Amino acid sequence: MDVAIVGIGIHPFGRTDGATGLEQGVVAARKALDDAGVDWPDMEFAYGGTSAAEKPDTMVSKLGLTGLQFINVSNGCATGGSALQSAYMAIKSGMFDVGMAVGFDKHPRGAFTIDPEGSGLGKWYGDIGMALTPQFFGMKIQRYMHEFGISEDTLTRVAVKNFKYGAMNENAWRREAFSFDDVATSPMVCAPLRKYMFCSPAEGGCAMILCRADKAKEFTSKPIYLNAAVVKTRNFGSFEVFSQNQALDRADSPTVKASQAAFEMAGIGPDDIQVAQLQDTESGAEIMHMSENGFCADGDQEKWLAEGWTEIHGKLPVNTDGGCLANGEPVGASGLRQVYEICLQLRGEAGQRQVPNDPKVGYTHVYGAPGLSGVTIMSR
Amino acid sequence: MATSVADQVPIAEGLFTWPSNDPRLIGSKCNNCGVVTFPAQNSCPACSAVDSTSIELARRGTLWTFTIQCFLPNRPPYEGPETPDNFQPFAVGYVELPDQTRVETRIKTNDIDKLHVGMEMELVVEKYIERDGKDVIAYFFQPVDELA
Repeated sequence: MDVAIVGIGIHPFGRTDGATGLEQGVVAARKALDDAGVDWPDMEFAYGGTSAAEKPDTMVSKLGLTGLQFINVSNGCATGGSALQSAYMAIKSGMFDVGMAVGFDKHPRGAFTIDPEGSGLGKWYGDIGMALTPQFFGMKIQRYMHEFGISEDTLTRVAVKNFKYGAMNENAWRREAFSFDDVATSPMVCAPLRKYMFCSPAEGGCAMILCRADKAKEFTSKPIYLNAAVVKTRNFGSFEVFSQNQALDRADSPTVKASQAAFEMAGIGPDDIQVAQLQDTESGAEIMHMSENGFCADGDQEKWLAEGWTEIHGKLPVNTDGGCLANGEPVGASGLRQVYEICLQLRGEAGQRQVPNDPKVGYTHVYGAPGLSGVTIMSR
Repeated sequence: MATSVADQVPIAEGLFTWPSNDPRLIGSKCNNCGVVTFPAQNSCPACSAVDSTSIELARRGTLWTFTIQCFLPNRPPYEGPETPDNFQPFAVGYVELPDQTRVETRIKTNDIDKLHVGMEMELVVEKYIERDGKDVIAYFFQPVDELA
């Protein structure tokens, strides 16, 4: 049973004082229902994701107590992507015809505060100052730059690009473009990564209506087909956040595993992708995820960014909605936002961010602690 | 500062040999596949076997990667001695211990700008903070060329 996305909805990302995370999720859900031309009682199931806001299944008190199967999802930064993958499986299995994947969040300001013991680490790990996700991002790209000759200029170019597109996205949080110098001289946070190279925890909501592909045209004239949806966790030896030690022999990251499985499932390869959303918690992540997802060789990002190949008019536009950098990261909704943008691009509804030449195939990738990746491949 | 061993406590039990004149990090080696883990654990993250032996890790290794923490971490969980007014950036990295594993560590250095991948590092076990009238002892790695 193939699966289609027939409705999409989003609540703007950023800071919305006076609205709870759940209320933002409800706004996104109603927009997705409207977009598909259906009502909440038509939903046979829902998967809802959040990490810091209210329990998603309590949305029914606002949307309607219809008795549907509603399952809460919590899976680190890949929470939204995992909700979508769960909804995909529900329809793929033949058990349901139509349902919703929804995610929302509302994080406090500032860096994520980690509870080391809740993450299976000793209390000492936090005491001594190592329980900080930005350190991992700094250390991973530092090693990558050393091994593959990536320059700090390339880190800067990623941020300039994503904030430029954020400024063109009415649902983005950061809507101000930065110059190269603005980014390159912003304060150092976790070397070599600077302030304007990082995304921040945020708020927002996003929802999708999924259905059996053979029924998609009953809902919309522009269905987007989910050709693959894969979630993978880390293998022994991959370099992941909050690792008190690392094996001497490196293993492929969960992103590599998820990407390869998704391409195999879809029966296409990286050269077939015309627009992509790749997890950019910071500039270094987007660079490394370009190669981990199979789009370029390690080190080639230096040329790709210098030549503008990941710009909207380049050969593979990446993070056309501004990515995590411009949207912030409400982790329950973040992966769904990526899918939302690809749906807009494939429908030809992305406005001034529209990728030219009528793209037909798109790709999303989300990565989360403590080492999992979600990849989707979509087409129309 | 407390001066006798009785006034010193390790930041966590089982991380390193203590008290000791020549302290070492304590890891575990899987008796099935040989993979070394730090901190020590009784099951193997590589092969799932529950059959490991506690071992002392090498004192010297090379810096595999690092970052410089430029803002004061949130409390809790952080318990470092700095205040927002006197905070200075500190380094964190992975030190590769030959034929064993790469250990995540705070880095002690006199010149943070000179840190670079590949430099020789050595284990230092010393006071980190004071808590309840006692010195809390932690492990660090420091560039070998800074150790006379």
